[in-house]
Amino acid sequence: MSAKTIDIPDSTSVKPEPLTGDQVMDVGDQTIEIDDPTFTQAPVVDRPNTVGASENTVTRIRTRDLSVFYGEVQALKNISLSVPQHRVTALIGPSGCGKSTFLRCLNRMNDMVDGVRIAGNVWLDDQDVYDTGTDVVELRKRVGMVFQKSNPFPKSIFDNVAYGPRLSGIRNRSELHQIVEHSLKRSALWNEVKERLSDSALQLSGGQQQRLCIARALATDPEILLMDEPASALDPASTARIENLIFELRDRYTIVIVTHNMQQAARVSDRTAFFYEGRMIEDGPTKQLFTTPAEKQTEDYITGRFG
Amino acid sequence: MSSVSTFVKPVSPQHQATGVQGRRKTFEKLIQAFLFVCAGISVATTVCIVVVLLVESVQFFFEVSIVEFLTGTKWTPLLKPQHFGILPLLCGTMLVAVGSAVVSIPVGLGTAIYLSEYAPPRLREVIKPVVEVLAGIPSVVYGYFAVVTISPMIRTVFPSAGPFNAASACIVVGIMTLPMIISLSEDALRAVPRSLRQGAYALGATKYDVTTQVVVPAAMSGIVASFLLAISRAVGETMAVTLAAGATPKATLNPLESIQTMTAYIIQISQGDTPAGTLEHRTIFAVGLTLFIVTLMINLLAQWFLSQVREKYE
Repeated sequence: MSAKTIDIPDSTSVKPEPLTGDQVMDVGDQTIEIDDPTFTQAPVVDRPNTVGASENTVTRIRTRDLSVFYGEVQALKNISLSVPQHRVTALIGPSGCGKSTFLRCLNRMNDMVDGVRIAGNVWLDDQDVYDTGTDVVELRKRVGMVFQKSNPFPKSIFDNVAYGPRLSGIRNRSELHQIVEHSLKRSALWNEVKERLSDSALQLSGGQQQRLCIARALATDPEILLMDEPASALDPASTARIENLIFELRDRYTIVIVTHNMQQAARVSDRTAFFYEGRMIEDGPTKQLFTTPAEKQTEDYITGRFG
Repeated sequence: MSSVSTFVKPVSPQHQATGVQGRRKTFEKLIQAFLFVCAGISVATTVCIVVVLLVESVQFFFEVSIVEFLTGTKWTPLLKPQHFGILPLLCGTMLVAVGSAVVSIPVGLGTAIYLSEYAPPRLREVIKPVVEVLAGIPSVVYGYFAVVTISPMIRTVFPSAGPFNAASACIVVGIMTLPMIISLSEDALRAVPRSLRQGAYALGATKYDVTTQVVVPAAMSGIVASFLLAISRAVGETMAVTLAAGATPKATLNPLESIQTMTAYIIQISQGDTPAGTLEHRTIFAVGLTLFIVTLMINLLAQWFLSQVREKYE
């Protein structure tokens, strides 16, 4: 396990600031900007003396003092979290702790909830997600999402995966076919469905449907993939397949996954954030959070004392 | 049953227990019998109506060949020479049914989509009761409205139109059937799981994309069923078309002309000038049977579409 960390300046002492430049890397309190456009892979910065930090990577999403209100109820309280590139970040916590609400802020899916009010900031790279000038449609193409319950459209397998590319205006049949095949291969479903792409997606099993939904999300070529308890409705075998898939996908995508299953978080994620009653209690490298949590509440939760 | 009770309450006197139980059983049986009769009434009525329609129609078809009835293009049972071709009446009915659908389908589906997908909750709270009021207006009022308001408007635009014309009937029947399309289509649209909408939004779909590519296709069978039920209602609609469309059986597709529908013809004969038991009077049973078969077919088709909806989400 190679622990890696994004050192976040204390949110109480530092003003919110958007990320600037093409790539930004936090090393301790310094900010290093990388101008090299070919820079895509996370650099490994060797800092053996820093506890829990042996590798640094680019921050893709950063929130600062993010709060969400549903009417009078505050569902999220001042969350400041950074999501590193090409890593799996897990959000854990008991039901109703706000982890799904947080996830839905990252691609503005909360916008559709009546009476919702959002305070604080979310940045995707240097783009303010909640800026009035932000194109939500473009944002959601960059930040894909997989839901708790698989939700294939009542259309054919092909049309499900081709839905996103078609929205982007791709009409060429062979190009669409290429994207569909590519996406289904990446979601490890291709071999099971390649003979019956024109069958209804609703004929697939639950686990296959969820992998289809992942393929559908990948087909828009997102940079970030948000997963909201993607395996919670599946049997153990299908869950294992999804987890393996997540592990493979992290090479290409930045993944944020909500799970109430701590073993799952431990298995698939590089970093974990623990949410409780609308607050983020702590976050850190997964191994560190599960072995030597800093907070008592985290320890109580991961040792099964509540939740 | 009684043995269980005896085991549970071994001390209670046997005769008393059976007395209470006996009364309870009799009561249960009475209730069951009463409910059976209630259900039986509608079944018996349906059977009786079909039998009467069939018996009278068969007598009619002894005198008029079924081929003439179905293929004749003249309908003049009250004038000499008599002609018994139902096509003019059928044509009139279909003209009103199709014409009303031209009005009700776009407006009704548009309203349903607006209510289900676009309208803010508060506005929906206002629109829905208004639509229900529309459904509660008596059809004779609609007919009157067609004659005194819509028809003059049509004649202003098309001076060739008569005071009674199919177009005014089409418009008014279209308005009458709107509530049916709106409420059934809206139900179908709302039955589409929220998760499907979210799935599409998460892929970068706009509201228009989600509505036209995901929600409406998913609800399509329910929407089609609402169209069919509205058309069926238009076929059976009587009062408004009798008032608005006139009483001229004519095989025409020109909506500006006066026509007569099957229902309007039945009204005309039923008003009492035609003695019962005559051939002229029996025509209404043959026409009624035709009407019954047409609406039954449409309703069965609509039921089939509705069953498709249920299959999809259960």
